[in-house]
Amino acid sequence: MTETTRTKGVSRRTLLKGTAGLAGLAAGSGAITGFPYVKSADAKVLRYLGTAVNEGDDISKQCLKDTGIKIEYITATTDDVTKRVMTQPNSFDVLDTEYFSLKKLVPSGNILALDAKKIKEFDNITPVFTKGETPGGKKIGNQGTAPWKVLYLEGKDSKKFATSATEFVTLIPTVYNADTLGIRPDIIKRPISSWAELLNPEFKGKASILNIPSIGIMDAAMVVEATGKYKYADKGNMTKEEIDLTMKVMTEAKKAGQFRAFWKDFNESVNLMASGETVIQSMWSPAVTKVRSMGIPCTFQPLKEGYRSWASGFCVSKGVSGAKLEWAYEFVNWFLSGYAGAYLNRQGYYSAVLSTAKAHMEPYEWAYWMEGKPAEKDIKAPDGSLLEKAGAVRDGGSYEDRMGGVACWNAVMDENDYMVRKWNEFIAA
Amino acid sequence: MDTSEDILHQASPDLVRGSETARRSKAARLSPSFISWLQAGPMMLVFLAFFLIPLVFVVIVSFWDYNEYQLLPAFSGRGYTDTFEGCIAQLPELCTIGKTYLMTLKLCFMVWAITLFIGFWVAYFLAFHVKSKTWQMGLSLLCTIPFWTSNVIRMIAWIPLLGRNGLVNSGLVKTGLINHPLEWLLFSEFSVVLALVHLFTFFMVVPIFNSMVRIDKSLIEAAYDAGATGFQTLVNVVIPLAKPGIVIGSIFVITIVMGDFITIGVMGGQQIAAAGKIIETRVNALQFPAAAANAVILLAITFLIITMMSRIVDIKKEL
Repeated sequence: MTETTRTKGVSRRTLLKGTAGLAGLAAGSGAITGFPYVKSADAKVLRYLGTAVNEGDDISKQCLKDTGIKIEYITATTDDVTKRVMTQPNSFDVLDTEYFSLKKLVPSGNILALDAKKIKEFDNITPVFTKGETPGGKKIGNQGTAPWKVLYLEGKDSKKFATSATEFVTLIPTVYNADTLGIRPDIIKRPISSWAELLNPEFKGKASILNIPSIGIMDAAMVVEATGKYKYADKGNMTKEEIDLTMKVMTEAKKAGQFRAFWKDFNESVNLMASGETVIQSMWSPAVTKVRSMGIPCTFQPLKEGYRSWASGFCVSKGVSGAKLEWAYEFVNWFLSGYAGAYLNRQGYYSAVLSTAKAHMEPYEWAYWMEGKPAEKDIKAPDGSLLEKAGAVRDGGSYEDRMGGVACWNAVMDENDYMVRKWNEFIAA
Repeated sequence: MDTSEDILHQASPDLVRGSETARRSKAARLSPSFISWLQAGPMMLVFLAFFLIPLVFVVIVSFWDYNEYQLLPAFSGRGYTDTFEGCIAQLPELCTIGKTYLMTLKLCFMVWAITLFIGFWVAYFLAFHVKSKTWQMGLSLLCTIPFWTSNVIRMIAWIPLLGRNGLVNSGLVKTGLINHPLEWLLFSEFSVVLALVHLFTFFMVVPIFNSMVRIDKSLIEAAYDAGATGFQTLVNVVIPLAKPGIVIGSIFVITIVMGDFITIGVMGGQQIAAAGKIIETRVNALQFPAAAANAVILLAITFLIITMMSRIVDIKKEL
């Protein structure tokens, strides 16, 4: 195989394509163990494992053009990404994952922290990650697995999170957002301002939440707190009693027929909302945009209790070293250099280095997406399709308002095992 | 195996004695039983490598311990005790696993009964009412058409039809039969059973049809000649002779439905518990031993059902 690889460029490429396809299959089924390790002397290839969020074709094309690094996406759901890191750490080079998975990933020793000194823009990374505050100085809620709690390791091979800044960074931040409830204003026809509305009997049979236990319970906790039933010390790290209480409230609502369905992936959430099966549900920002681009009114409703936030970033597999590690740094540096950041911002996510992304966006785009100002011109998605007409204002307003309003972060609890059992009980109730 | 070795043993000391013994031992080595083993061998190896050995691993892992990020290979019954948590304490109310299996068995029974009913009559029609072999072939091929698209698509296709603003509801509202859309059409036990029946009836049709075409037509004529009514012929001749097909079809449907969690998830709006769903949730949370324990429990229960069914009909004998 290596012979043909060296002599025939075309066949190598076909081989790579084939491997990428296989990777997709493997990721989908989760069934294939072991993965052909493609070693290539002349082409810079990085296998990139992550969820679909950052994996735009435009990003990989631009990266190849700018750096000569060919990115092969291995796309999986958040859970499957974690599973893959645990069971097949040699099947990828660069990992793009969420901070809350670190509590599982770091102790496994299957990932390698990156060196902050080698990241050009590291000092320009938004203080949301490093200090837990917005650039304007607003303190951000620190319940759950907030990125600044798990950003640094004590040493290169340490499995302990450092309490102050070190040069060993678990994940170099890439993308993050503040999530809230999506609603159908045309059907609800009145202002919605609290998470408590999710369990309002007015929306019986028309509400929904995520069926991903670790995220779903956070939304549930936001609701419980909003109804005034209980105030958590840390929604992202509940005690057994708190889990029981939260699930009891949700179980009662489920038994009373409050929920139309639970959703698990992006498309399910879009379909539920667009078809009118649900009118209020936990949702992700681009899903709201998708519903709106179908001509159906949908609002990503800011709520007074705040947002539930998530963030992801890059690290590498423990199997990556030498030249490959250098490419990985080159790729991460490229990712933070603006093109990808602007691309993500235009989808309604946020980029980790704001200054470089700003340089790659039109002033009117920046004003709409980041400053919460009315759009001067029509706002277009990265693929050129129309998202908003001129004059529209982003739901929730500016970056300062949205990120400043974050109440908690996606998390893995100490009592995760118990929580998963209770979640199964909730589904069976 | 024994016999061939024996003969070999007898033959080996005096090989010199001549070609006759050698020929005899050669013939013995290829005795019919040895050939049967040889023929079954490849399949056995495949079963061993891809079914039995993995299964043994599942059972072993189900008795391991685990933490957030790894398996701990030390004996622990935690996977099982956690699964049956509260089963005694909560009495008389059912625990999670009890409720889940009750629901799974309920769905399983409904789907089995409906697919059996439809499958039996489709097969009956094909076997006894369609006279020409060509038409029989053509019509059974027609039954396979739904299989030209994937499981997932056949399942998802129901959603726009049954939804609150779907075709069925808007049709019913327009004709004035109902005032408000029927909520129970989608994301309910109804939609789950409907989708499962749609997906799996064919697995019932094929084996029953297969049994029915092998029924000697003269038996049915004899029954009529002896004065049996159509119903009596059905109950006393056709059904007993079609039993192997019915049991095989039932095994197909029951094993598939017992392990299904995708259809139940999508059509039930993820609000209906399924035995397979528990395993999925556990695997996704990286709690492999707990998932394995649940898999072993599911396997045991399914095995129990199948054993009970094969008690009713001895498939080996009937085939």
